[in-house]
Amino acid sequence: MATTAIETPSTPKEKVRDWTKPAAMAIPKEGYLSLQNGRYGPVYPRTPACHGFTIIAKIKPGREDAIRAYGRTIEKAIEDMPDALATLKLHYLRWILFDIGKDTYFMYQGIFDTDFDKYTEDAVALFKKVGVNTVFENLEGFPEDWKTNVPAFVKFVREHQRPSFLEYGEYPYATADEIKKALKLKAAFGNMLDLMQ
Amino acid sequence: MGILQQSQEIPGVLTVTSDSLDLEDLQHFLMSRPPARAARYEFLHFQSGTGGRAWLAGLIDKVGTAKTVGADIVDSRWVTVGFTWNGLRALGLDETSLATFPEEFRQGMAARAPILGITGANHPDHWVGGLESPSLHAISILFARDVAERERCRQEHERYLEKCDGVGLLSALDLEAIPPFDYAHEHFGYRDRLSQPVIEGSGEVPTPGSGPPVKAGEFFLGYPDEDGPASGMPQPQTLSRNGSYVAYLRMEEHVGAFRDFLKEHGETPEQQEWVAAKLMGRWRSGAPLVLTPDKDDPRLGADYSRNNDFNYGTMDPRGYGCPLGAHTRRMNPRDTAANMNRRKMIRRGGTYGPPLPEGAPEDGVERGIAAFVGCASLVRQFEFAMNVWANDPNFHELGNERDPIFGTHDGTFDMTIPMRPIRKKITGLPAFTTIRGGAYFFLPGIRALRYLVSLTDGG
Repeated sequence: MATTAIETPSTPKEKVRDWTKPAAMAIPKEGYLSLQNGRYGPVYPRTPACHGFTIIAKIKPGREDAIRAYGRTIEKAIEDMPDALATLKLHYLRWILFDIGKDTYFMYQGIFDTDFDKYTEDAVALFKKVGVNTVFENLEGFPEDWKTNVPAFVKFVREHQRPSFLEYGEYPYATADEIKKALKLKAAFGNMLDLMQ
Repeated sequence: MGILQQSQEIPGVLTVTSDSLDLEDLQHFLMSRPPARAARYEFLHFQSGTGGRAWLAGLIDKVGTAKTVGADIVDSRWVTVGFTWNGLRALGLDETSLATFPEEFRQGMAARAPILGITGANHPDHWVGGLESPSLHAISILFARDVAERERCRQEHERYLEKCDGVGLLSALDLEAIPPFDYAHEHFGYRDRLSQPVIEGSGEVPTPGSGPPVKAGEFFLGYPDEDGPASGMPQPQTLSRNGSYVAYLRMEEHVGAFRDFLKEHGETPEQQEWVAAKLMGRWRSGAPLVLTPDKDDPRLGADYSRNNDFNYGTMDPRGYGCPLGAHTRRMNPRDTAANMNRRKMIRRGGTYGPPLPEGAPEDGVERGIAAFVGCASLVRQFEFAMNVWANDPNFHELGNERDPIFGTHDGTFDMTIPMRPIRKKITGLPAFTTIRGGAYFFLPGIRALRYLVSLTDGG
C-alpha cells in the first residue's frame, strides 16, 4: 500500500463565486465530489457554506460536567485574547452534547475558510495553547500522546468527522475576512457621511 | 529557493560550542556549509543487499561528520550519503523497522507529487534521471572545493563502483557555482542564502531579524524539537538517532523566458528590475522590498546585519512593498503565519548548467538549481511549504496565484502587486521554472550507517 501511487487530479480551479446568489451543494457520502489528496488524506471541498467539519465522538463516562464547564473557560479565554483563534479563519464554532441511549456524545462543528488539511498542525498547536485539549481528552479514543503525535490527532479527527450531505449558503463562498472588510467599509462610509453633514 | 555552495561572504564554518549535539555521529550536511564551488550528485541502485552494504562499508569513513567538517580541518571535498525507503529495504532493513518510517517517506516524493502541487509539466512522468523509479535507492552527494577536485572524486568513485558488485549508477548531476563568485546567486541573478535558520547548539549566531536559534529536533531525529521531546521516531533507535530527512528537487530555470517576461512588463532596465523584485520580494541584489520598496540598495542587499531584519505584519501588512504573493513572502511569511518555528527548513544545494549570458537568446540548455531541503518531518515542514506556501492558489486569500518563481504554473495564474491607488495585476504568469526530478532521502547518522552495513539479507 505504501508504495502505491496516489491518483489525484491537479487542483481544479475554483469557479468564480457569486455571493449574491444563494447556493446549495449536495455532497456524496464520502464527503467530496472528486478525490483530491492532501497531506493527511482526502481534501474536503469548499462549499457555499465554506470549509468545515463536524466531529462527533463519544465522551468518557462521567465527563459531561467537565466538558460543559469548559465552555466558560473558552468564553473567558476569548474575552482575554479575542484573536486567539484568528489562525483558524473561523466563522463559527458550535459545541453540543447529546445523548444516545446511556451514552453521551460531543459534537464539534466548525465553519471556517481554510482547508483543514493544510493547517492541521497549526490547529493542533493552537488547541494546545488555548486549552481545547481539555475537552478532547474527555473523548473516548483520543490519542493520549496527541501533543507530540500530530498524525495520531489528525487520524482521530478524520475518523470522527461526519461529512455533510448538504450545505447551503445565503451569501455563498464569502470569507470571514471579506465579511469583516465589508462591515468595516460600511462603518467607514457611515463615518464619512456623518462628517459631510 | 536556490542555494549555492560558495564561501566568500557567508560567515564560514561553524564554531560548535554545545556538547548536546552528537557531532561525531551527525553527517555534516545540514550542520555546516563547506566552501565548495562544485558538486556532484550520484543516484544509485542496489541490485543486491550485499552489494549495497559493501559499497556503504567502504564509504562510511569518507562521509564528513559535523565534527570534522566543523573543525577547520583543511579539506577539499565533502561526502554525504542518503537512502530512499526502497533503498533501506534493499540494504536488508526488516519490514518491522521499515513500517516505523513516516507515511510520506515510505511513499516517496513521486507518489506524493500531486499533494505537493507537482503536477502538469512538473509531474514525475516528465522527470529525468530515473528519480521517480522505485529503483532509486541511494544518493551520494559530493561537494568539492573546485571542478578539478570534483573530477578527481568522480573518477575515484567510478573506480570504486566498478569494484562493488550489485551497485549501479542510475544517473548523476554535476553542479558548479556561476560567476561572479563573490556572492551566492542563481541563474535569474537573485542573491541567495539570505534567510536560513540557525540550529540551537550550533554556536552560530542568527543575523538580525532571523529569529532565535531553532531546536535541533526540528532537523535531527532524537533531539527535543520546538514542541518538546520528539516522539514516533523510526526504530530501532540506533537507526534514527541523528538522522534527518531531505527532500531533493531539481528545478530547471527558464532564464530566457524570465528575461523576456521582465522586458514585456518593464520598458526600462529600472522597471524590469522592479518587476523582478516584486516577483521575488527582494531586489536581485538581495535588498528586501520591505526595507527599500522603491529603489534597489545593493549595499543593503549585501549587509547581513540588515538584509534580513524586517517583518511583514507591522512593516508592510498590505504588501505595498513586498507583494503578498511574492516568493520570499510565501516561503517565509515571518510574523504573518502561525507556528513558524515548526516550519523551518535547512536548504543546501547549488546551480547546475552554464549561465546564460546577458542579452543572449534562450539556448535550450537545461540550467537551474538542484537543492535539498532538510528537516525532521517531511509532512510538517517540506510538504507544508510545497502544498501551502508554494502552490496553494488561495494563500493569503489571493484567489488565483501561486509562488511566481517556484510554484507550478501553466499560464493560468496571476500575480497581484499591491499599489496605491490601484493594484497592478499580471495575468497568465508563465512558468519560469520546471521541476525535473525529486526524491525523499533519509540521511542517517554515522552509527546508523554502520548499523545498515551490519544487516543481512532477509532481515
